[in-house]
Amino acid sequence: MSPGYRDGARKIAPIGVAAFAFAVSFGVLAKASGIGSVEAIVMSLTTFAGSAQFAVASILGAAGGVVSAIAAATLLNARYAPISVSVAPVLTGSRLRRLLESQLIVDESWAMSRRPDGHFDGKLLVGGGLALYACWNTGTVVGVLAGDALGDPADLGLDAAFPALFLALLVPQVRTRRALAAAVLGATIALALLPFTPAGVPIVAAAAACLIGWRRP
Amino acid sequence: MSDAWIAVIVVGAATIVLKSVGPVLLGGRPLPEHLTGVVALLAPALLAALVVTQVAGGDEEIVLDARLVGLGAAIVAILLRAPLLVVVIAAAASTAVVRLFT
Repeated sequence: MSPGYRDGARKIAPIGVAAFAFAVSFGVLAKASGIGSVEAIVMSLTTFAGSAQFAVASILGAAGGVVSAIAAATLLNARYAPISVSVAPVLTGSRLRRLLESQLIVDESWAMSRRPDGHFDGKLLVGGGLALYACWNTGTVVGVLAGDALGDPADLGLDAAFPALFLALLVPQVRTRRALAAAVLGATIALALLPFTPAGVPIVAAAAACLIGWRRP
Repeated sequence: MSDAWIAVIVVGAATIVLKSVGPVLLGGRPLPEHLTGVVALLAPALLAALVVTQVAGGDEEIVLDARLVGLGAAIVAILLRAPLLVVVIAAAASTAVVRLFT
């Protein structure tokens, strides 16, 4: 392992601890939502994106349809398209290698590998991403095992953990006035539809709020 | 196949494709500029909707219960810049305590 990759892993270590804990809570909440242990572990291995995974668990747990769960999670991960475009110049090598390395892109590894000049460091991204990937998946296994041992999710207040978690993920996203407007509009759409539609639909419909970011081509 | 497996497979495949858009599919070319503004606002809009539906969602109705106390505790924890895990535990624990006494 060259120093560049190791630097990435070292630099991201404090975030890795948080990612591990976050993954433990994913494992616990997935079990509380009726998702099987193997499903939860496979999801962390293949999706490797916290907010989308929690969205699937919360929508399936609220008896929302699988279509809503998939749509909400996919829309949440749509941000990875522009994010991956931004780091494309530093992920070089064969097609397979680029495909594998691109899977290590998560918000944290991406943000950490951004240099002050606006360019990205590919080795920091991959090294940090690998470390996070290891933390994320071991955390999920621990959470799934812990989830089996816990009692009734409502007694433990685990249903209240979901909104708290999404709020904590939302706060760093609303740095601009436009993002705040999208968040308020999204929340309003969801609240308005809540009494009339099956679980999951209000969330997917709220995605329409992003259209305020449309610029004339 | 269970709903959970369908979601795991479809979301996993979609995410793999989305993360590889730049490095593999576009091979380094940029996205159309009018799209980037829209995509950037997807996460805040959806996360805000998730907060609302998870705190007040019922069976096709608005339900206000002990979860609100949990969200309040979470807001306090976030304002105090507590780590994510502390925010989540504060919400769950305060909700559990309210349920214990009501």
